[in-house]
Amino acid sequence: MEQLLEILKQLHPDVDFALEEDLIGDGILDSLDIVTLITEINCTFDVSIPAEEIIPENFASADAILALIERLDEE
Amino acid sequence: MSFTSASFLLFAVLTLLLYYTLPKRWQWILLLGASYVFYFFAGAEYLLFILFTTAVTYLCGHLMQKRADAEDAFVEANRETLSKAERKEFRAAEKKKRFRILLMGLLLGFGVLAVVKYTSFVLSGISSIGQAFGAAPLRIPELLLPLGISFYTFQSMGYLIDVYRKTARAEKNPLRLALFVSYFPQLIQGPISRFGDLAPQLFSEHRFDGFRFRAGLGRVAWGYFKKLIVADTAMIAVKALVENKDGGFTGVYVLLLILLYSAQIYGDFTGGIDITIGFSELLGIRLAENFDRPFSSRSTKEYWRRWHITMGTWFTDYVFYPLSVTKSMQRFSKWSREKLGTAVGKRLPVYFATVTTWFLTGLWHGAGWNFIVWGLLNCLVILVSQELQPLYDRFNRHFPRLTASRAWGAWQALRTFLLMGLIRSLDCYRNVPTTFRMWASMLTDWNIGELFLGGLTSFGLSVSDWCVLLGGILLLALGSRLGKKRPVREWLAERPILLCAALCLLAVAILLFGAYGIGYDASQFIYNQF
Amino acid sequence: MKKKILCCAALLLATVLLLGFLQLLLMPKYMADKQEGALVGEYYRETTAHDLLFIGDCEVYECFTPPTLWEEYGVTSYIRGSAQQLPWQSYYLLEEMLKRETPKAVVFNVYALKYGTPQNEAYNRMTLDGMQLSREKLSAIRASMTEGESLLSYLLPLLRFHSRWDELSAEDWQYLFHRDTVSHNGYLMQTGILPKTSDREGVPLADYTLPATAMFYLEQMRLLCEEKGVALILVKAPTNSWRYYWYDEWDAQIADYAEANRLSYYNFIGLDGEIGLDWSTDTYDGGAHLNVYGAEKLTSYFGEILCRELGLTGHRENAEIAAVWEEKLDAYKQEREKGNTP
Repeated sequence: MEQLLEILKQLHPDVDFALEEDLIGDGILDSLDIVTLITEINCTFDVSIPAEEIIPENFASADAILALIERLDEE
Repeated sequence: MSFTSASFLLFAVLTLLLYYTLPKRWQWILLLGASYVFYFFAGAEYLLFILFTTAVTYLCGHLMQKRADAEDAFVEANRETLSKAERKEFRAAEKKKRFRILLMGLLLGFGVLAVVKYTSFVLSGISSIGQAFGAAPLRIPELLLPLGISFYTFQSMGYLIDVYRKTARAEKNPLRLALFVSYFPQLIQGPISRFGDLAPQLFSEHRFDGFRFRAGLGRVAWGYFKKLIVADTAMIAVKALVENKDGGFTGVYVLLLILLYSAQIYGDFTGGIDITIGFSELLGIRLAENFDRPFSSRSTKEYWRRWHITMGTWFTDYVFYPLSVTKSMQRFSKWSREKLGTAVGKRLPVYFATVTTWFLTGLWHGAGWNFIVWGLLNCLVILVSQELQPLYDRFNRHFPRLTASRAWGAWQALRTFLLMGLIRSLDCYRNVPTTFRMWASMLTDWNIGELFLGGLTSFGLSVSDWCVLLGGILLLALGSRLGKKRPVREWLAERPILLCAALCLLAVAILLFGAYGIGYDASQFIYNQF
Repeated sequence: MKKKILCCAALLLATVLLLGFLQLLLMPKYMADKQEGALVGEYYRETTAHDLLFIGDCEVYECFTPPTLWEEYGVTSYIRGSAQQLPWQSYYLLEEMLKRETPKAVVFNVYALKYGTPQNEAYNRMTLDGMQLSREKLSAIRASMTEGESLLSYLLPLLRFHSRWDELSAEDWQYLFHRDTVSHNGYLMQTGILPKTSDREGVPLADYTLPATAMFYLEQMRLLCEEKGVALILVKAPTNSWRYYWYDEWDAQIADYAEANRLSYYNFIGLDGEIGLDWSTDTYDGGAHLNVYGAEKLTSYFGEILCRELGLTGHRENAEIAAVWEEKLDAYKQEREKGNTP
């Protein structure tokens, strides 16, 4: 979680990602951010997020992203 | 049959009558029949193209689904015996096989589009290269461009990708799939719907719902107003300014062209979509919105989230994301990070995917360099503003009062509007060097005085045309502002008498002031060639 | 609920009435200017039957004067011609008229047979908008439409003329519900004089065959007249201008057709001596059309032929008809007088 929050912080230093619940709907993360984020996650966590998993629900909050990473790691 | 023809109105009324009188389980069959009649009137030979795409889409979707079902059944049956690694490996192998089917579908589907839309562009490119080396010019065949082929191809290919990704189940009934591909209200100008959204709407039974019907009527009428009064009046001027017969329409006229073309394309495209979505609402079918008051966007990125939304998300979901998360792209990213440093490495894959996506977006709009340059310029603006983001952030921190003010927001919206308009004018001149020359002339030709010496009426708009156009634009802005929270038509739909009065008023205004009939060229929607 | 429906119905009715009013207002009136546009509609005002019906283009409504036929021979007649009236338009107008009356003879001027395809939207409008709604009108519209025209815009002319809202004049308000009579039984009077000056011949054509479509409608006219027991007489009005040139090759085809079908065909070109035409005083546009002085001479000459050929005796003894026609003659003479004293 710490690592993930660190990555997110780099993207938008002015946002407190631990509190945000709807990162996509509120327009905090756009498509460019998402791809940067995925690249970072792939490097850091050694998972690969496929294109079909890029849906708003999976990126709505830091928790959701973490859940996605864990699920992919699991499979 | 264009939306503004009397025959379309008649066709629409007949379809509606049958739709609500036939037994409800036949409704989708009626829509399929109506769609093919509609398409037949557009050109009987076009039917072959849409039938081909439908067949390819059906077969590939069906094959992929069969494999996917077998795969799931196998994994389920051998849950105990298979290890996690084995399961993963099996699924990966199956995915590869599905991918082959997908690839075939995409090649065939986009292949048709590429042949009819881009052959002459590619050939003329080859020909001019050849001529530079002294070869004889090639004969360039004139291929017909079937109505709405870009829209239905994208919609079908999106469906195939969804089936491949297992986010949608393939449709078993070929006739139902045929309706998904050919649903006539969106054949002309989109929107590009997703199977998961549209299919349940198309195939469920619809009872007549008075409120939604009234709201739909309001939306259709508003669409006609936008199209016939704003877009088609502006088009007269745009045509004359672009044609530029005496070569005098430079400098301030280019700025006027940008403004007028913005009005034209906004009225034409959002009006057409209003007719499409409104008519669907009459049928009880809800379509995805394609616009969200785009001209109040404060940045290019925001603008592209609010203009032609279904195309934007299509490219994001089916091109941009897949491209940027491919294994090779991720490897490329790692490599560049090691060799070129984190800052560059982080950016390279994103930039590469962005440029590619915008290149394709440009190409989708038309076969021509102007469209490609148009796409790349949009991309450039987005990437530059991305890079400048830290600068903006600093500015915001230094002047928080200023940047939070309404005036600042208005300035940002105006800036975005003008910038987008400027880039969009590539679409008017249809020629890159000409467009660049025209842009330059805005800085070199200071002919603003001419406007007040008869210049304003020198390109086909009389004083009364100007009044109609400006009045129409004002009304559009007002309607958009009032409908910010809740669309005006929904408010009216709860007050049937007011709605009736508004419809009557709109009808009289359109009939009287609309730019249609002899004297004006009967215009087709701008977006149907794309 | 009921009240709401009634309210909406009232609103719709009001809108339809408003659109109807706008249509009346926006349609061109053809009163002060382009009076040719008013000609076709004036036929419906006639209260008495006619011995002769003239059909054709400008060459009929500028070259024959019904009041003269009455004054000299007691013969009643009407001219149903309009600007560039095409053969199919003439045919359907004839069909419409023969449903209402049965004259002794129909006189058709052959010049327009040179046209085989729809020509000009504005002229279509001037001919067709004046017709009352009928099967013939619909057929005439279908046969006449140029590219981009629609049947609907003839049924609802508002769709065609809506953009006139910014050029409305006093005339449009004045003639909202009525029109003045601009013709004398279809004759549009021209009192000016512009002598003929040039002696140029017509430019040579690649193909002199009269279009099959045109000849088809001529044949239809012949069959229709035959069926109704009305004589069909073909004429070619005198012209002396290279602009509206009548080629000998065309003339031969008409003469052949007339002979084959035992019709009378009178070509007045070159009969200046017999008729008494003087091209320095009898034309208002340099030899293309006759003015009132020329038209009276031609009518007088042709009237005699018609009376002889058809055995017309006139209706002078019929008090009712005479009263109607003396009034027409008075109006004609008054306008002629006004034209003489500029």
